[in-house]
Amino acid sequence: MSDMNQQMTAKYKNNFLKEIEEQAEMGDWVKMCMQCGVCSGSCPTNFHSGWDHPPQELFMLIRAGKRDEVLNSNSMWNCVSCYNCYVRCPRKIPITHIMHGIAEYAYRIGRAPKSQPTLHLSQTFWNNATKTGRVNEVKLTQTLYFKDGIASGIKKAMAMQDVALGLVKAKRLNPLEAVGISHKCKDIKGIHAMLDKARELEAKRKGRTA
Amino acid sequence: MAKKEYAFYPGCSSQKGASASNYLVSVNSMNKILDVKMTEIPDWNCCGASISYAESGELPRLAMNARNFALSEQYLPGQDIVATCAACWLGSRESKERLEHNNVLLADTNTALKEAGLNLKVIPEVRHMVEVLIEDLGYAELARHVKKPLDGMKIAGYVGCQTNRPFGISGESYENPMYLDKLIETVGAEATKYDQKVTCCGGALAFSEPDKAQAQIKDIIEAAYDSGAEMLVTPCPLCQANTEVYQGQINKKYGTKFQMPVLYYSQLMTLAYGGSAKDAGLDGQVIRARKMEEFAAK
Repeated sequence: MSDMNQQMTAKYKNNFLKEIEEQAEMGDWVKMCMQCGVCSGSCPTNFHSGWDHPPQELFMLIRAGKRDEVLNSNSMWNCVSCYNCYVRCPRKIPITHIMHGIAEYAYRIGRAPKSQPTLHLSQTFWNNATKTGRVNEVKLTQTLYFKDGIASGIKKAMAMQDVALGLVKAKRLNPLEAVGISHKCKDIKGIHAMLDKARELEAKRKGRTA
Repeated sequence: MAKKEYAFYPGCSSQKGASASNYLVSVNSMNKILDVKMTEIPDWNCCGASISYAESGELPRLAMNARNFALSEQYLPGQDIVATCAACWLGSRESKERLEHNNVLLADTNTALKEAGLNLKVIPEVRHMVEVLIEDLGYAELARHVKKPLDGMKIAGYVGCQTNRPFGISGESYENPMYLDKLIETVGAEATKYDQKVTCCGGALAFSEPDKAQAQIKDIIEAAYDSGAEMLVTPCPLCQANTEVYQGQINKKYGTKFQMPVLYYSQLMTLAYGGSAKDAGLDGQVIRARKMEEFAAK
């Protein structure tokens, strides 16, 4: 168990609902759920296999204090951010944000599933975008393909060759970005200082010592 | 009446050589004809999109969006911010809403912004390009500039998610928004009726969960074909890319024969306003829109 996980377990003892309310983005809405299941019926990913728990089930598990089951769940990581659950919820619960919030919290305290592809995408995207202030699409794609090593990366890149070539031909993928010739912000230094401060303030407000 | 001017937030994908560069080309052409003046926010940065949620946390993401607000207010005071990208629009609007409703977050955001030499007092309105077209200009004005109606063309308006939910275009329903169909009809084409108009394309998960996302994309394209559409039109760069560039892979996987061009509303309008294929960014299609190329050459 990670230090942060132990720290939070000690802080909240058996009150997992309170932990989610205070630690997860929009977590204070969880207790508003009345278990109607409209969110699950509205989710486009629900038509595929691989879900541990639909949203309303996660919310009930939180109230029941099933900490391990919730934090280890893969459900939050399946969210496509389509906001269908969000607009259809009769209680107007911001479900999309709560799913993101629980996922972020699980990751932050070292409880996210190992090798979760969407977690890896989230990390890669944010780090890519904040490095220079703007996304470098070529490096983003490369990092995503080569996450499991060179051999697997080449295989994936080959499988996606047609897609990439089509985009290059249409001038919508610039190979020069691979060597760092790309769009960037001028005040990269200011952006990095701003983000360091924002991270520091958020950790402080949530009582997390990194 | 003095003409309204806007602070433009083009977003990462619209930049030269990026995945939606042809969107920007067509928006520029369209705006020139409609006499809409947009000035790029100096040194704007990425909004973080939805997918950054796990790594970014809340405050760093708000700070990124707040930096754009502060720059916009500093250099283009009083102007509405206009985003062409659905994710930029959503990320900015969501940040605006949270900062305006939570003083703690606003104070912390300003402490962070100080590190970049900025300060946020007023948060500008954040609008999508489509809102400017519909609300500030209106369908009648948009129709007035049509020189070459797209007569006889059958187009499926693919609204997708993030220009539709959770904010959406004012006065439209989440389940069956009509604005895109109306834009299609404004330029003289026929908007076909199909049941996947607001289905998700998989969004960023097209990268991390390609099989699941492609299953969703397949349903959208299939329904568009079934409705008799010759092409898809969308207001979102990620919808455009996802529904266009994976058709080849879907064909391999499912044995389908998809070859449906996917355009932006701004490309349709540029062409109907008499613009050339180049003005409309048609050279940026991965699946060539041959019918549109022929139309532009006429």
